[in-house]
Amino acid sequence: MNELEQRQQQVIDDFSVFTDWMDKYEYLIELGKELPAFDETNRTDDSLIKGCQSQVWLAATFDGKQVHFTADSDAIITKGIVSLLIRVLSGLEPNVIVNADLHFIDAIGLKENLSPTRSNGLISMIKQMRMYALAFQSQIEK
Amino acid sequence: MAFNIEKIRAQFPILTEQVYGKPLVYLDNAATTQKPQVVIDKIAEVYCHYNANVHRGVHHLSNVATTAMEDARKVVANFIGAPSVENIIFTRGATESLNLVAYTVGERFITENDEIIVSEMEHHSNLVPWQIVAQRKGAKVVKWAFNDAGELDLNQLEKLITPHTKIVAVTHVSNTLGTVNPVEQIAQIAHRNNVMVLIDGSQSIPHIKIDVQKMDCDFFVFSGHKIYGPTGIGALYGKTQLLEQLPPYQGGGEMIESVSFDKTTYNVLPYKFEAGTPNYVGIIVLAEALQFVQSIGIEQIATYEQELLNYATQRILSIDSVKPIGTAANKASVLSFVVNGAHPYDVGMILDKMGIAVRTGTHCTEPVMQHYGIPGTVRASFAFYNTKQEIDMLHDALVRAVKMFS
Repeated sequence: MNELEQRQQQVIDDFSVFTDWMDKYEYLIELGKELPAFDETNRTDDSLIKGCQSQVWLAATFDGKQVHFTADSDAIITKGIVSLLIRVLSGLEPNVIVNADLHFIDAIGLKENLSPTRSNGLISMIKQMRMYALAFQSQIEK
Repeated sequence: MAFNIEKIRAQFPILTEQVYGKPLVYLDNAATTQKPQVVIDKIAEVYCHYNANVHRGVHHLSNVATTAMEDARKVVANFIGAPSVENIIFTRGATESLNLVAYTVGERFITENDEIIVSEMEHHSNLVPWQIVAQRKGAKVVKWAFNDAGELDLNQLEKLITPHTKIVAVTHVSNTLGTVNPVEQIAQIAHRNNVMVLIDGSQSIPHIKIDVQKMDCDFFVFSGHKIYGPTGIGALYGKTQLLEQLPPYQGGGEMIESVSFDKTTYNVLPYKFEAGTPNYVGIIVLAEALQFVQSIGIEQIATYEQELLNYATQRILSIDSVKPIGTAANKASVLSFVVNGAHPYDVGMILDKMGIAVRTGTHCTEPVMQHYGIPGTVRASFAFYNTKQEIDMLHDALVRAVKMFS
């Protein structure tokens, strides 16, 4: 099992202990609280993913080999969700991120338990992470 | 009919639905109301028995449908105290009514440097159409600010009116703050200064007895779906002498008197403003909804809802870390609040999982959020089929949510 798969499986395992969605939310809230503080210099319009209800800031750095993500949100559950994405994708190589099949989202039932607006937000976050990875990948190819 | 909550609830089939295996507690009535069985049945009745395009048809069904639609217009006129059916124009909803007024008043009366006064608490639907007109005509939208309780000051209105002011556009009841605005006094002040007045009745129509003549507004708008009627139908009331001066809004069938390539003349009121096949099913069913409300009595509804609002205000605000947004002395059926340390969206998500439907966010009133410097509110809004038990459930769910975020 590769690194991406191992990480997704870990998230799926973590969520499998909860039977009630309230507990899953409680867990997401915890994850949101534990997300490392966001570097304020990264809080720019460029890093902002504007949703209808809550805002997400997503920044990425590249060490020449791997992409590292940091993020923040004004809503704590959203922050928990983005922290899951970071846990799965941060520290991987750009091409792995670009091509990642993020099946853990369906496996933990995240999408159907989000309101349509938050679900769209989740898609925007993933898209933005892929965009960063794609940009770093093209740096390598140059 | 005596006010029997069990009997009332029994008439709304959706109220027995469950969400996530829990009984639905529907507290999003300011967004849309649920429909009683008579309204649901009426839709089927029209389609089953007298569906035909209205007006100018020679056949029997068309005549039945036309009569039903025009009878519905009488019901609407009567419901809001309009002097005549010619004052009632059917639209897709309050938003279309507002756009119609903004566009046609703009064309007829607004020129460069004119001013349009819009309150700070308006729904975007009663702000953006005026901004569009202002941009087109080189006019200016002037903000009538509210105080931190969410109340508009009439003295402030007097000061804002200038010789350039053409119209004041203000909501009867704020969809975010719940404030009931003193619309009669607003109309008096405006008219004393030769200024027109538009009242957005979207949030007042299900809660307050409307009498447009007593209110003396020039225009009044509302949506059917906010008063237990179907979506996609609304109305505009306008004073006859004004409506006659306004140009048509859209061209097409029914709004014309005669058409040739050289010259087209327009139909009389209200048809001048009703281009195309009207939503006659929606119109007929809207009348059914209004008659349903009349059968219970709007005054009785108002009294009961006020009781619910007072109870909810006292219960919900007893929770530490819950702060109300909108504390006007005169409010109707809306309780907006924020929870310290939690985003409104987070709170709404947790409440949803407990079967409680509230709305979160800016409620299409971003200037209100800017006033308070908040990203949004959680809004519980009540209808006469809600109960104190449901408010207790909201309270308990909220206590749990607050705990989760602390």
